[in-house]
Amino acid sequence: MKAKHQRLVLALVAVAAIIGAAFLAMSALKDTAALFRTPTEVAAGTVPTGKPLRLAGMVVPGSIQRDPDGVTIRFVLTDEGATAPVTFRGITPDLFKEGSGAVAEGKLGTDGVFVADNILAKHDERYMPPQMESAMKSEKDKPVTGGAGEARP
Amino acid sequence: MIAETGLAALWLAAALAGFQLLMAVLGLTPARGGLMAAVRPVAVVQGVLTAIAFTCLIIVFVQVDLSVKLVVANNHSAKPLLYRFAGAWGNHEGSMLMWVTILGVAGAAVALFERKLNERTLIATLAAQAFIGLGFYAFLLFASNPFERVFPVPAEGNGLNPLLQDPGLAFHPPTLYLGYVGLSVAFSFAVGALVTRDVGPAFARAMRPWVLAAWIMLTLGITAGSYWAYYELGWGGWWFWDPVENASLMPWLAATALLHSVTVLATRDGLRAWTVMLAVVAFSMSMVGTFLVRSGILTSVHAFAVDPQRGAFILGLLVLYIGGALTLFGLRVGTVKEGSQFEAVSREGALVVNNLMLSAILGVVLVGTLYPLMAEAMTGEKLSVGPPYFNSAAGPIALLLVVVMAAGPLLRWRRDDWKPLVMRLAPAALLTALALLALSIFGPPIGIFPLLGLILAAGVAVASIAPLWKRNLRRTPLHIWGMVIAHLGVAVTLVGMASETAFTKETLVAARPGETHDVGPWSVRFDRVDPVAGPNWTAIEATLTATRGTSAPKTLITQARMFYAPPTETNEASITSVLDGQLYVVLGNADDQGRWQLRLWWKPWVTLIWLGGGLIALGGLLSLIGRVLRERRSQRAEGYYI
Repeated sequence: MKAKHQRLVLALVAVAAIIGAAFLAMSALKDTAALFRTPTEVAAGTVPTGKPLRLAGMVVPGSIQRDPDGVTIRFVLTDEGATAPVTFRGITPDLFKEGSGAVAEGKLGTDGVFVADNILAKHDERYMPPQMESAMKSEKDKPVTGGAGEARP
Repeated sequence: MIAETGLAALWLAAALAGFQLLMAVLGLTPARGGLMAAVRPVAVVQGVLTAIAFTCLIIVFVQVDLSVKLVVANNHSAKPLLYRFAGAWGNHEGSMLMWVTILGVAGAAVALFERKLNERTLIATLAAQAFIGLGFYAFLLFASNPFERVFPVPAEGNGLNPLLQDPGLAFHPPTLYLGYVGLSVAFSFAVGALVTRDVGPAFARAMRPWVLAAWIMLTLGITAGSYWAYYELGWGGWWFWDPVENASLMPWLAATALLHSVTVLATRDGLRAWTVMLAVVAFSMSMVGTFLVRSGILTSVHAFAVDPQRGAFILGLLVLYIGGALTLFGLRVGTVKEGSQFEAVSREGALVVNNLMLSAILGVVLVGTLYPLMAEAMTGEKLSVGPPYFNSAAGPIALLLVVVMAAGPLLRWRRDDWKPLVMRLAPAALLTALALLALSIFGPPIGIFPLLGLILAAGVAVASIAPLWKRNLRRTPLHIWGMVIAHLGVAVTLVGMASETAFTKETLVAARPGETHDVGPWSVRFDRVDPVAGPNWTAIEATLTATRGTSAPKTLITQARMFYAPPTETNEASITSVLDGQLYVVLGNADDQGRWQLRLWWKPWVTLIWLGGGLIALGGLLSLIGRVLRERRSQRAEGYYI
């Protein structure tokens, strides 16, 4: 193989690999990127069921109920307008409380109940995720002191 | 006084960085070559000054000097000594000072120990190192001064984030940063070589130990970080594809590619422009990572405080250095001569494929990490990209890469043939087939990724030892041992990952003391809960007894801790290691019927993940020692002839 040819072949292979990877990445992104949604959108029926997404809102006071098994909970998230029912099986984060903010990660079921497989609780103001901040402007007047980071690596 | 000493040392170091850059740039012009002599000593003094500044910060933290603002914000006199010490870098300013210190010390090390590189290229390298330093000194001094005083002096500090109060803090950030910032040396080497148009095997041999050293540290740092997250967060996971994790993975991917391409350049004088490019990309990824983690654009335990100004500052530095290096690359790449040729089926060919796949994974991770930021900036839509994306996009490429890794070391340099390669790979293929057979007959049904992972790991383990076949083991060079062990480490890690994914058993219950629940082969009795107290926390402590078959019962202790400075709750998981895996128990909340939530996991072979990471780093270390010794020997041999 001539020198020129080798460089050309290498470049072509590299371009093909990059296009392949980009294609893979884009198609995977389309299927898996989890959008932030609000209870209002869930109530309006504009949220697709069965797709991964994050639901942000405030836990309605008095709405947390435990199933008899002791590890499944049901609660209701609200933004200013609407409410959305959520169910979660697992151990909730320490700061998950009624009347404070939370983000539920999971999928919306066909029955309209959001099935969460992970819950992120609002920690203090210093570490609030930007997404949650804008999703919960109404709730900003509740400063919590302390310095814990969100429990993420 | 100590804080002022540190600040003064920092300013002096910054001034010396400017001086170093000036001397080097002037010295490289033909008329003023004599000025070059000043560059090495200045670089050494600059490194010493940064070390002094960092030591001063550690002293004010250990002494809990509450007249320093940073100490007030992140320290508390009730904290154990280890966390007062390690807490010095458990915050934004301190960690940036550590960053700059490693940059300065790395430059000093190059000035002291690098003797192989062409002197002009070395001076240009130190100029580049000083130029990077200037930007980060400015960032530290103008936007993140760690030594700022506070008045009036408060009575007590705010304390350290309890999640960080762990021995991991003493180990994970320093090793990760040594790797991260150590890559700056590769970057500076590349810039230096572009400036003097000196890209060749000698340059590659000089650069290789520095790349290896940074890569070893990065490997250790990532492995340590993964284990820390695993036991500290109480989620039972070892990798979350969190943006901050990706921020450390991306430089590692680039550095791994660089490590392999630099070998092609050193051994066969091929892939010249590509190697230089990778060196630029590797440190660029470190800076992108620093930006993502330190700008506050992401939310995590690593993002200490949100300050848009700081983010903009780092972004500016990022654009300056990456843009500058790429521009230089674009201008000079035409003058980099074509390296020597090779056939497609050859060691070089396999390493090119290795590089392409690592780059592809890097691209996939970069896209997934930046996409949410881009999407929000462009359309205002908020979204998050999580494990499903990364697993489905990066997973297949990674498994293909593992196949190439099995074949690569069994190929000859320059040209080889398919037939002998197939013969050499036969034992590995046989074992892969056997593993497949065994899993499908005896194993439970598992997903396609873990299945492929397990059977490929079996083959790769054999293939990675194959280069030792028919060799005299005592005379095998150390760097061959390094390669074998590192590749074996990849197989070991792969087994751990696949096994954890496929075979983990989980039990989630609300239990009263006295009850027994099963998880996998274990039977766990919930004995009791007690209140306990530590130096700066109180806790609810659960005691459990785990039995498996007829073996002796093991006592498990897990706590839900309440820290009071700052007030935070954490879970201390109970992790019991046995030969074939770990039993992982987390205590949850109590309910009004006297039941406690308990989460039990049995994770077969999970420990192999980090053991493999350690093996990979050990392989790198052996290779580094082997290379350095060999260069020394050859230099000494040359010395006799002069």
